[in-house]
Amino acid sequence: MKIDKSEVEHVARLARLEIGESEKDPFSEQLSQILKYMDQLGALNTEGVPQTATVREQTNVFQEDVPHPCLSTEQATANAPQTEEGFFLVPRILNDR
Amino acid sequence: MTLFKLSLKELQDLFTRGEVTALEIARAFLLRMSQVEFKVKAFITQTDRETLLAQAEAIDKDLASWRKTMPFMAMPLAIKDNICTDGVRTTCGSVMLEHFAPPYDSTVIATLRTHRYLLLGKTNLDEFAMGSSTEHSAFGPTRNPWNLKCIPGGSSGGSAAAVAADECVAALGSDTGGSIRQPAACCGVVGLKPTYGRVSRYGLVAFASSLDQIGPITKTVQDSAILLNALAGPDPLDSTSADQPVPDFTKAVKKKDVKKLKLGVPKEYFTEGLDSEVEQAVRSAIDEFKNLGGEVREVSLPSTEWAIATYYVIATAEASSNLARYDGVKYGFRSKEKQNLLEMYQRTRAEGFGSEVKRRIMLGTYVLSAGYYDAYYGKAQAVRTLIRREFESVFQDVDLLVTPTMPTPAFHLGEKLQDPLQMYLSDIYTISASLAGIPAISLPCGYSQLGLPIGLQIMGRPFEEDKVLRAASAYEQATDWRKKRPVIR
Repeated sequence: MKIDKSEVEHVARLARLEIGESEKDPFSEQLSQILKYMDQLGALNTEGVPQTATVREQTNVFQEDVPHPCLSTEQATANAPQTEEGFFLVPRILNDR
Repeated sequence: MTLFKLSLKELQDLFTRGEVTALEIARAFLLRMSQVEFKVKAFITQTDRETLLAQAEAIDKDLASWRKTMPFMAMPLAIKDNICTDGVRTTCGSVMLEHFAPPYDSTVIATLRTHRYLLLGKTNLDEFAMGSSTEHSAFGPTRNPWNLKCIPGGSSGGSAAAVAADECVAALGSDTGGSIRQPAACCGVVGLKPTYGRVSRYGLVAFASSLDQIGPITKTVQDSAILLNALAGPDPLDSTSADQPVPDFTKAVKKKDVKKLKLGVPKEYFTEGLDSEVEQAVRSAIDEFKNLGGEVREVSLPSTEWAIATYYVIATAEASSNLARYDGVKYGFRSKEKQNLLEMYQRTRAEGFGSEVKRRIMLGTYVLSAGYYDAYYGKAQAVRTLIRREFESVFQDVDLLVTPTMPTPAFHLGEKLQDPLQMYLSDIYTISASLAGIPAISLPCGYSQLGLPIGLQIMGRPFEEDKVLRAASAYEQATDWRKKRPVIR
């Protein structure tokens, strides 16, 4: 699979990654090379083969819903870049009107 | 006596008998680190001298009134820097988490803390454990103690190098596609990836959740068993941890032979790309297993050739999802540029992640995106089933599989840095066990003419770490490889 510059831009947007103009060509080249290698899987017949999402053969793991001690607001926000009154602060997302 | 040269078992015995104090242990390792760390660069964060000495003194003081020890009391360990340590920064080798101090302990650390172990520091790794050489660390590469111009392997390169350089008595690493075994092979030490689910992943920073597993990196196989005893077991905080009985793994390493064990040699692990010195060393090791009473036979795992492609689809897909949490809001780095929310996310991730992490996020996002999901991610998960089935089928006939850990000895720093695909191919022998979730160990089985260690890999059935350890220990006891130590220069 060849992945061109516009696809690099599309994938970067999906991944919320800003990519500089100078990075686009190297990304296009490297990702194409790696995807070409991955394309070999297409040659395998996997019809009717179930998918393995995890090797642990379990479906649900249940626990009693019992309250237990947890982090305080101070602890939970201590590593945040910006906080205000115990909340995480982010750039404004709504206009004034 | 040179305390830093001892194995975990030897140091535990001395301490338990009261022949050495915690303070003496702490001082010995601080001295050793001051002698070699500037050359090896195994650590991202070292515990400061006063803190460590105070911890050691407190242990000695408490023991003075009532001498009751625990197995890891005063044992000086190094911990890979993607395993959360309460209040001690855990960077994952990334700018993104450079100043991140977790508000809680991972389960493995909580256990060791109950024992009052000594945390010497947090070790270097490829950023978010993505890499095979420890060169993809935002804090610079670690060096191989056997040859400072060579890579220590990765991604647990700092932990493996710290053990090889005697900067700690043992270490913890994490393995997603070989990140414990491959650096152990490069550095001439013992690295065990337990069965998926054997050890709690709670507090291990997630890379690829269906593959990640914490395990010991040690000087001897016996030490590996001792550490696994402490780490293994179900954990209510990790729903993927297995409710399986945990045997005393140290019993398994007491046997000196492999009688009644059937060992398979998969022919697909001895094809082109395998260095001749590595092949020779591994073939000799296989002969040694015959001398030790094992029944050796050739087996076939034809899907081996698809493992790398399968792995890099699944691991990058899971990584792209796991790393979506680094958005500059709840913790970690945030870009300083003035901007709206979307730009803040994008710039934060552009500035906070290094090139290999970005490459994998891009790949993972691509294989999960509309139109490609079935062709890549769905396909890879089906091939993963084929790989598992092959192991299940081979394990009907043999108890263990014996292979090289890595196709070559450690390569030079910079050698594969510009060619991501070549770097990925160095994981060829370790990846299948990760996809199948089975236990696997790497231990030294020789040295190249240039003096670099060569690793032997032994894989076993799920939850049969005891057999893996038994075979590894019998081989280790029958050979002298572990007595050779690097001269760091």
